[in-house]
Amino acid sequence: MRRAILYAAAIALVVVGCTQDKPTGVSPGAPEAVTITLLTHDSFDVTRAVLREFEDRSGITVDVVAAGDAGQLANRLILASGNPEGDVAFGVDNDQLADLFANDVFMSYASTFLADLAPDLVLDDQHRVTPVDHGEVCVNIDMRRYVGGTTLPSSLDDLADPSFRDGLVVENPATSTPGLAFLLATVAAYGDPGFEDYWRRLRDNGVTVVDGWEQAYFGEFSGAAGGEGTHPMVVSYATSPVAEVVYSDPPITVSPTRVLTDTCYRQVEFAGILRGTEHEAAAQQLVDFLLSRPFQEDIPLRMFVYPASTHARLPVVFRHNAAVVTDPYELPSADVAAHRADWVARWSDVMGQ
Amino acid sequence: MTRRARLAILALPVAFLLVFFVFPFASIVWEGLASDRSAIGRVLGEARIRDVIWFTLWQAAISTTLTLAVGLPIAYALSRFAFRGRAAVEALVLVPFVLPTVVVGMAFSGMRGSIVAILVAHVFFNIAVVVRVVGAAWATIDPELEDAAEELGASGWRRFTQVLLPLARPAIVSAATLVFLFTFTSFGIILLLGGAGQTTIEVEIFRRTSQQLDLSAAAVLALIQLVFVGVLLVADAVLASRRGVQLTPTGHAGRAPRTRGERAFGAVVVMGAIALVVLPLWRLVRRSFAGPAGITLANYLHIGEGRRGGVFEIAPGAAIWTSVRTAALAAAIALLIGGLVSIGVALGAKSRGIWAIVAVPLGVSAVTLGFGYVVAFDADPLDLRGSPWLVPLAQALVAMPFVVRIVAPALAAAHASLGESAAALGASPWQALRDATMPACTGAIRAAALFAFVVALGEFGATAFLARADHPTVPVAIARLLGQPGSASIGQASALAVILLVVTAGASLAIGRGRLGWSGRT
Repeated sequence: MRRAILYAAAIALVVVGCTQDKPTGVSPGAPEAVTITLLTHDSFDVTRAVLREFEDRSGITVDVVAAGDAGQLANRLILASGNPEGDVAFGVDNDQLADLFANDVFMSYASTFLADLAPDLVLDDQHRVTPVDHGEVCVNIDMRRYVGGTTLPSSLDDLADPSFRDGLVVENPATSTPGLAFLLATVAAYGDPGFEDYWRRLRDNGVTVVDGWEQAYFGEFSGAAGGEGTHPMVVSYATSPVAEVVYSDPPITVSPTRVLTDTCYRQVEFAGILRGTEHEAAAQQLVDFLLSRPFQEDIPLRMFVYPASTHARLPVVFRHNAAVVTDPYELPSADVAAHRADWVARWSDVMGQ
Repeated sequence: MTRRARLAILALPVAFLLVFFVFPFASIVWEGLASDRSAIGRVLGEARIRDVIWFTLWQAAISTTLTLAVGLPIAYALSRFAFRGRAAVEALVLVPFVLPTVVVGMAFSGMRGSIVAILVAHVFFNIAVVVRVVGAAWATIDPELEDAAEELGASGWRRFTQVLLPLARPAIVSAATLVFLFTFTSFGIILLLGGAGQTTIEVEIFRRTSQQLDLSAAAVLALIQLVFVGVLLVADAVLASRRGVQLTPTGHAGRAPRTRGERAFGAVVVMGAIALVVLPLWRLVRRSFAGPAGITLANYLHIGEGRRGGVFEIAPGAAIWTSVRTAALAAAIALLIGGLVSIGVALGAKSRGIWAIVAVPLGVSAVTLGFGYVVAFDADPLDLRGSPWLVPLAQALVAMPFVVRIVAPALAAAHASLGESAAALGASPWQALRDATMPACTGAIRAAALFAFVVALGEFGATAFLARADHPTVPVAIARLLGQPGSASIGQASALAVILLVVTAGASLAIGRGRLGWSGRT
């Protein structure tokens, strides 16, 4: 027993001792080296070698920290506004911008790469945030269920058509990010209060509502390999068919699923320099790196979204399977911030959720 | 033992709770309410919130009742009867409790969206609490007491209702309180299995923060939850002070079933318990070996391959190592803090009041606490943001109540019988504690250490929030695998879940042994 107490005491000392030294990436031999923190969500990814190339070239060490899901990231940025947990944030989306700007989270920086970016993605003319990638939330369809000359649905209106009765699975906008995006698509398409009537039609046409994307895609959708679902349509992403190919086992080259490109809602992901950083110059270099071609071309297969730069070349599997969404539905961020809770509540009333 | 010495012993636990629980929780609630004073009225005025509170209460009440109904016969059979393989069954029944909720959710995903799924999962998850807490009480009752009742002509049923049930009432109330606490704050199971209208306060807090960026509403909800948990724990403490009979620990109490009725009852209950635990897990195991062309090992061999070469790579070996290391650290912290609390209890501090206080972290929202850490520890000397110590500290907070629960009664009982004799023979209080009481409790301490370890191993809520993405724990890695599309993901997530299952089952077997050692030695 005495030994157990000694162990406990030793461990306690180690605990106390270890909290003293801060984890840093600065090597003692390089005094000018700087370490900055990239704060992001847990869906972020980049090929190590691509990041290392930037670190070697710039002398900046990048500590990548995931702050939870995209919503938790935004909350943490707001809570720590002015005394940030990192230097650069990546992964806030267009629907969060109004809240983030209201809390004065970012500082302006007009990157030298701005000219390369698709102009319709640049949503802040003060450049507090800069678009890095975009992915659309769209209805996916299982093509194997529509063989032999059947007419395919294409628009939001078609989803409420009796010939596609009981076919669609959506996520609850109160609980799911793609679910919320799809609700916003219907608000953009039918207006307020027109969207309520559209959802009544969807409801009467037998739409299935589940809480999360995993449940919808793997549990209810028939197009997901390895899934258990029976419904031919699901609210997912424009790049989901690419993922079906990339993660297929045994390997396939063409996805059995496709995207209904007229049902999409735009999601743009931004990077921004956090107000209160002590490494503004290094932070600017990191933002430039996120917009540069090596990172932009690494984006598609790492995060399954489209690069914001018009100069980035897409991988072959993207060109064959990803949908080109030319005119997605969009809403101003300020409208979303002001009405989001109300729209979700009214959706819940209509759907009896 | 003087009051001052007790205070000295309790100083570190009190400081730990103040710094790592009260301070962050108060910070985030204050932050949420300060920015929007009208939030309380706004949130309480919502019909939806009243529905959420109502659902949270009734599903917890039904889950608790069902868990008691299923758990008491199992506790009875495992504590009163001696039979071959009993230790293995005891360990098996513990497995669900230490599984991460992500895995439990996957095991029941076939029944998703129905209230039955939630209730069954809650029973599956919490059965161990009843079996362990009530079984421990029954195991200490001398079989001769029952024999005496039998000689006086009491039937089996009458012996149960008039002897065993009253004697175990405090333990039953304790177990019910714990189960209610767990199901009242249920998060992962509801998130994975809940359908329309099936939302607990905890899940609503998560939705308000993550989906609507509404921290004020989340703060109000966290306070509402805290009030309910506080009322529950105070009621439990008051009830406890009225509990009469003090059980004196005896040697091992089991005896072989004697009548045909007893044998039949024992067989049915034990088989039922095994089926209840094994069947849901079997589904998970089967899925982990399923491939497009029949049974395969591919899922195990390719875990995390989709993210290879990236900064947030999921390497199963590394994830297991991170999990084990973090949980061991958390268990050490929990054992230190919980051990000190237990010593304080053994030396005469008001035990029920202390239990109510250390149990509060079990009842608050992990999401809220996670944000609390971000807000509270944002400046020197305690700028812990991004520190690898946050995860073990948060896990220790959740594991510590179990340490107190297991060690304090054993220590108190041993000190009452052995420690005081030692003191009477002239040993100083410290000597009595060190040389007489502690050695009698090594079994309980070991059991507590392992229990703390597996609770930390399976912890998901706070860990998912605080863990560094480049070093995920196994439950976090499972959740991340489930979040990416493609046929391989589900199989790989199942495979990783089965690996975790094996690790926790092994630890549970060790706990089962630890418990036998403990009850045999006091």
